Amino acid sequence: MIAAARRLSLPLIVVGLLLLFPLATTGFYLEFTSKVMILAIFALSLELLVGATGLVSLGHAAFFGIAAYATVLLSPKYGAAGVFWILPAAVACSALYAFCVGVLALRTKGVYFIMVTLAFAQMAYYVFHDTPLGGGTDGIYLNLKPEVMLFGARIVDLGKPVAFYYVVLACLVLVFLFLAVLLDSRFGRVLAGIKSNEQRMRAAGFATFPYKWAAFTLAGALAGLAGFLVAVKDGFVNPEMLSWHESGAVLLMLILGGMGRLSGAVLGAFAFALLQLFFQWDVAFGSFAKHWPLMLGGTIILCVAFMPNGLIGLPGQWRAWRARKAAEAARV
Amino acid sequence: MSDAAAPLLRARSVTRRFGGLTAVSDVSLDLAEGEIHAVIGTNGAGKSTLINVLSGEIGITSGTVELLGNDITKRSQPARAHAGLGRSYQRTTIFPRFTVFENCRLTAQATRQRPWNWWTAASSCKTSTALAREALDRTGLAAIADRTAGLLSHGEKRQLEIAMCVATRPRVLLLDEPLAGMGAEETERMLGLLSGLKAGHAILLVEHDMDAVFRVSDRITVMVNGAVIASGVPAAVRADSEVQLAYLGEVNA
Repeated sequence: MIAAARRLSLPLIVVGLLLLFPLATTGFYLEFTSKVMILAIFALSLELLVGATGLVSLGHAAFFGIAAYATVLLSPKYGAAGVFWILPAAVACSALYAFCVGVLALRTKGVYFIMVTLAFAQMAYYVFHDTPLGGGTDGIYLNLKPEVMLFGARIVDLGKPVAFYYVVLACLVLVFLFLAVLLDSRFGRVLAGIKSNEQRMRAAGFATFPYKWAAFTLAGALAGLAGFLVAVKDGFVNPEMLSWHESGAVLLMLILGGMGRLSGAVLGAFAFALLQLFFQWDVAFGSFAKHWPLMLGGTIILCVAFMPNGLIGLPGQWRAWRARKAAEAARV
Repeated sequence: MSDAAAPLLRARSVTRRFGGLTAVSDVSLDLAEGEIHAVIGTNGAGKSTLINVLSGEIGITSGTVELLGNDITKRSQPARAHAGLGRSYQRTTIFPRFTVFENCRLTAQATRQRPWNWWTAASSCKTSTALAREALDRTGLAAIADRTAGLLSHGEKRQLEIAMCVATRPRVLLLDEPLAGMGAEETERMLGLLSGLKAGHAILLVEHDMDAVFRVSDRITVMVNGAVIASGVPAAVRADSEVQLAYLGEVNA
């Protein structure tokens, strides 16, 4: 009971602070936080693959971008789409692509899996980049944001930053809880077993392929939810959403935050976005601020070198260090 | 003893080739309930490959495998496991970060998977927790059920590996060198465990420790270069001139 309370206390404090945040600020920081929470959903979707199942994908941005494009392309030109059909439709597009990519990519392992997922993401990227469908490099605009209508009444105006903020926060909390419950279920335990030793799982009688396929499709669908939210937030999509930079960035968020823990993915998304913002700050870095990727990259290398378990693993690392010191002191 | 009963596993003319190399050549053997059937042979004789072929880990080149009277030659490894075939590995394959109990519970879950039920915690799955507890009791690991598997001693890990097999309720156990790397005391405990598992199981034991093999086995098959050169009760195998030649020949070489 106490252990459960301790485990829940930090996420509850974070959610509480995020709930109160719009009271303290508006404008840039509110939109920034909305964006980061969307990235956290994106990172959580990849965590299901990388951290929970041990499948390192370098093409996850494809599912993020496809849903975003689907949101724009499926919306009527001169009217607002209803969120209750456009959201499932956009997520379904990503899930479908993940379903198709998964059946092929999951036949490979390790570095080949990384390469095949990257290749499929690049394929999707070039479809939107080089065909008139996606408006080319410039991308396309969403003329009207989807409406949240229930029984003829508009419940939430997604165009209002504060309302949108709370919608994103609700999505983040729901995705987090869903994954927490899922990973604790029989399905989730099988994924953990596959990550630990797939050969053993097969010998025990688990056909591991359908499990991995389901996880891959689900991860694609959840990335699609993040992509939908970005499209609604920005009212604009471009091919860069599907680029391998984006796939790499979300992977870095997991590495930074710490893999194998859901809270690590959320923490990593926030840390990554804040670091990026920090290094782009020209008051601190002057003209060097335009070289922010250099500084961000260096920082991430340092983080990986000194925090093998990511930010979320720091308390454990600290305890281990203290225990080692105490043991040394006892020996002397 | 159990000649009257049909064997649980019946392998006929099992052959496995890797390119030009015939790792397992025309091997036939029966595994009967209540018996430990040992397969011995020098390094590279094809013992591990035989287990891999029988368990479905790798494909068969020719021959047939029957489990409980059903032809399973073409079935996948998970399907064979469902049909009642459990195996252990020469290199310990456990889930090191899980507790001992969770190691067994997870393999036991294979008997009743229900993957679509995402809202119920795995730990409240009655079927798998009951099977895991039973397997731990049977293998003498119940006292250390809550320990992290990766931190166990080598002998305990080998025991856990067997427990993980037992937890899936197999009828046939294929054990690949369960005594590898064990001390004398650990070996004794493991041999006791194996004898205890005879009831209800047919056991195929691949092992290098000859003393142990001759003590616990009911039947021994000797393989050389992928082929069976002798098979029978321990006393007959010990007296077999070809076996003596194969073993003594190697010692003199």
